[in-house]
Amino acid sequence: MSTAIAELHETPAESGVNYLNATYGIRSWLVTLDHKRIGLLYLGSITLMFFVGGMAAVLMRLHLTEPQGALFEPETYNKMFSTHGIIMVFFFLVPSIPATLGNFLIPLMIGARDVAFPRLNLMSWYIFITGAALALYATLSGGVDTGWTFYPPYSSLFSHTHVVAVALGVFIAGFSSILTGLNFIVTIHKMRCPGMTWFRLPLFIWAMYATSLIFVLGTPVIAITLFLLGMERILHVGIFDPAVGGDPLLFQHLFWFYSHPAVYIMILPGMGVVSELITAFSRKKIFGYAFVAFSSLSIAIISFIVWGHHMFVTGQSIYAGLVFSVLSFLVAIPSAVKVFNWTATLYKGSISYEAPMLYALGFIGLFTIGGLTGLFLAALATDVHLNGTYFIVAHFHYVMVGGAVMAYMGGLHFWWPKITGRLYPDIWARIAAAIIFIGFNLTFFPQFMLGYLGMPRRYAMYPSEFQVLNVMSSAGASILGIGYVIPLIYLIWSMRYGQPAGPNPWGAKGLEWTTQSPPLTENFEEIPIVTEDAYNYASEAARV
Amino acid sequence: MSELAAHGAHPPGFAHQYEDIEQQRDAGKLGMWTFLVTEILFFGGMFTAYIIYRLLHLASFIQGSHNLKVVYGATNTAVLIVSSLTMALAIRSAQTGRKKGTTISWLVFTWLLGAAFIGIKLHYEWWPDWHEGLVPRFHWFYNGPHAPGVEMFMVFYFCMTGLHAMHMVVGLGILTVLLIMTARNKFSAEYYAPLEISGLYWHFVDIVWIFLFPLLYLIGGRY
Amino acid sequence: MMGFSQFGFDSLAALLAFMQFKPAAASSIADDVDQLYLFLSGITVFFAVLIFSIIFYFMLKYRRKSPDQSGTATHTPMALELTWTIIPSLICVVLFVWASSLYVRNGRPPDASTEIFVIGKQWMWHLQHPEGPREINELHVPVGVPVKLTMTSQDVIHDFYIPAFRVKKDVLPGRYSSIWFQPTETGTFHLFCAQYCGTNHSEMIGWVYVMSPTDYAAWLAGGEKTESMAQQGAQLFSQFGCESCHSSESGVHGPSLVGIYGKPQRAPNGETHVVDETSIRHSILAPSSVRQANYQSIMPTYQGQIDEEQMLQLIAYVKSLGSEERVNGK
Repeated sequence: MSTAIAELHETPAESGVNYLNATYGIRSWLVTLDHKRIGLLYLGSITLMFFVGGMAAVLMRLHLTEPQGALFEPETYNKMFSTHGIIMVFFFLVPSIPATLGNFLIPLMIGARDVAFPRLNLMSWYIFITGAALALYATLSGGVDTGWTFYPPYSSLFSHTHVVAVALGVFIAGFSSILTGLNFIVTIHKMRCPGMTWFRLPLFIWAMYATSLIFVLGTPVIAITLFLLGMERILHVGIFDPAVGGDPLLFQHLFWFYSHPAVYIMILPGMGVVSELITAFSRKKIFGYAFVAFSSLSIAIISFIVWGHHMFVTGQSIYAGLVFSVLSFLVAIPSAVKVFNWTATLYKGSISYEAPMLYALGFIGLFTIGGLTGLFLAALATDVHLNGTYFIVAHFHYVMVGGAVMAYMGGLHFWWPKITGRLYPDIWARIAAAIIFIGFNLTFFPQFMLGYLGMPRRYAMYPSEFQVLNVMSSAGASILGIGYVIPLIYLIWSMRYGQPAGPNPWGAKGLEWTTQSPPLTENFEEIPIVTEDAYNYASEAARV
Repeated sequence: MSELAAHGAHPPGFAHQYEDIEQQRDAGKLGMWTFLVTEILFFGGMFTAYIIYRLLHLASFIQGSHNLKVVYGATNTAVLIVSSLTMALAIRSAQTGRKKGTTISWLVFTWLLGAAFIGIKLHYEWWPDWHEGLVPRFHWFYNGPHAPGVEMFMVFYFCMTGLHAMHMVVGLGILTVLLIMTARNKFSAEYYAPLEISGLYWHFVDIVWIFLFPLLYLIGGRY
Repeated sequence: MMGFSQFGFDSLAALLAFMQFKPAAASSIADDVDQLYLFLSGITVFFAVLIFSIIFYFMLKYRRKSPDQSGTATHTPMALELTWTIIPSLICVVLFVWASSLYVRNGRPPDASTEIFVIGKQWMWHLQHPEGPREINELHVPVGVPVKLTMTSQDVIHDFYIPAFRVKKDVLPGRYSSIWFQPTETGTFHLFCAQYCGTNHSEMIGWVYVMSPTDYAAWLAGGEKTESMAQQGAQLFSQFGCESCHSSESGVHGPSLVGIYGKPQRAPNGETHVVDETSIRHSILAPSSVRQANYQSIMPTYQGQIDEEQMLQLIAYVKSLGSEERVNGK
């Protein structure tokens, strides 16, 4: 019997010291250098941002139940969708898995006591909440109506909203990403425990490493882009204004040079989580470890050379279009490879259906659909028809929500016992996962159809023939909203009343499961020495 | 448990998330190199925008470049190169176990040269630019040819040199901290990593200027 | 495209249109785009169903039977990895070639296109026919004839989108962009702005009326009598003083503009470019940055004095020079 499964039956440690109770008081949390506590600080912040952005989404979908708009004036609706996008992209999705699960798990998974630069890590959190607070404040005092894409000349010369304040909030939060990415790269390179070679690393680490490369290389460019936009807005000096020789398309190139890799920042960690979940809940080695690891790296690298597919209809040259199109098809291949490898991992596994696994399987299905619909957009001739429509909205929500958020939920549930030392009620978790899956598809599948029919995105009102599909989508959104509130309730409940968890309630492999739940502040009593590959579940035949 | 060993068993400056001082030094260096890569991308975004506009509006940018004070730009280039030398000598001094006074002297030279850079820039370039009405939007009285393009050039000039100057000021702050640390005997031939890592940063800021100077000041081959 | 596959496509298209899953297909490229879209949908459905079914099958067949059961180790055959890397790659190659050739083919307007001019501004579309009639948020075009739209924006970036024709292009300030289409059915079709442009973005919509050629001719001739764009441009040409330097008689101060549209022009640094709408506009608004051999750079700028509509009329006039000159025997 493998050790991991034996650990299933271990009882929780006598309530002893762990990182949660080692020191008390708010101050001990606000000046903590413990990567696990910092991960929880992030968890609190991004959960808040998620529900703020989610509120905007619910209001938007309620408004869109009627062709003339049910709730708002167009100006307010425009601020709603802008707020939703900015908060969800910059203040939820980008930091979500890396800053919460990444911070918590990376040292544990590689056998280290903390990240390379703990003080930098704490500073990253403070920078993040400064940017988030500024953006929230600007939102509540009037918001922006430029869309999360901030395109000039509208954003620089025409909008009468708090563009500079929100852009500054995003700019500041960007430094949080950069420093986190830097920390992770150095940690993974330099602090692996003895025996933890690169090819014995859990795939979550490979995914976080690839994500950190993008953090470090891409984020500075959006920082400079927003800086130039701010200059333009304050000084009116024509950086992006054609009347004085500027070029609004330069902004788009600079913006998408970051923002396309950014979407891979949002999905790669999710893919890393899914690799962990699939192996743990089928108790099997991952199929094609090297392929999955290298696909993470190649996605990160290729992500930097496809940005022009956001600009196919801007009038860029046909040659540029062809180059970006072929590269965009290329970047789809490693993702496909991952999906096949995950599916093949299930073969001859020993599969159980706790909530994390349901989220992982949901990810695979929905990411497949989302990714394949990306091909419609990489293909030039169809992108012309679909760009700027609800097809795009559906595509990215399938990969971002059906993909990244599901993976985040799955990871949160999987590592919850480790993080809190408590078990959550799995029956409620499975119910919530099912509600989320149903609500999600009902919300976003009709949007593919709306896009193909020609309904443009960012519309506060629409022709009445689109109403049926819009109402379906809004119905789905209410269900989805309920689905997200349920875990909030039982997870918080479990922190106080949940059954205490042992070190390895799932019987999973991985160094994090060799520690107590919750772990000690210093993670390991003795630094481990690794002698086996990742996911080294049974090498013998399955037992009954 | 190993991490509870007495402090005397660890070298000075040792941080406890590491297993040994070599790991800490390696991590510090990799961290600084990674940070410098992010800085390359940061400045790079602005450089890219600048280069594209220079290609599109060459005549205005040449005109704009002629308004800059090449003599002081060149002087500053020399100042920075020498400061990189003095910085390297400061590190060398610590590395070879010289008395802290030697290290401090070289650090002070570096600091003075860095301050001179900023002083020359402020006094001989930016202040006169203000007087001559060459500050976009705030004090702009340029009546020569290609005025809109020249104003755009000057925006890039101030943004790029301003961003660089901010990095120089941060560098001066770092040097001050290093001076204090050296004075307090924190460094030795065994442990001088903060000097080394800060040296990397200082050299990087120097290199950025070495790109900035020809790109901004020397367009149009007027010499 | 003949025979069974065409029949299959037509039936499926009709079914989808009946179920309102498919927009009207009213241009010469719409069916081609729809075929590609259906193929892409087929691939999506195929792989989604494949993955979902395999997952369900494995979930049931390999469900854990006892709490301590492990999975069985399997090894990763390289052949399988290569297969499922190469097959998606091949599919992507097919998609890329198909989509790109369609895109490139659709990129070039046929020579004999009817030209119409579009100015987008917050939050309406101005359309101008060269014969004179103007429209707001409505576009009348004849069926069966290629139409080329030359477009610019007066303020922010907009996007001209006719779903039924499967055409879309961003409309930018300071430059001209163009699309073309050939309507294949008469009828009324949506026109949308598809690039967020501010408060009333969702109201920057209108209608395209495709009419039979006779009806279209009648529509053009009916309504208020207006001069053609070229005639209006001629008036502006003298009103703004262009004639004093550029009339064919006084080719002293400025080059003659007769026949320059479409011709290559050489700058003193040796570069050549073909004179088009954008370069004419550039010459009017930023003449000091245009270098012409043989002429001093003394033309004043008209930045801020000519609006987008007038600019298009002037350009129409310049385009007409050469053909008109010969006719009028000047």
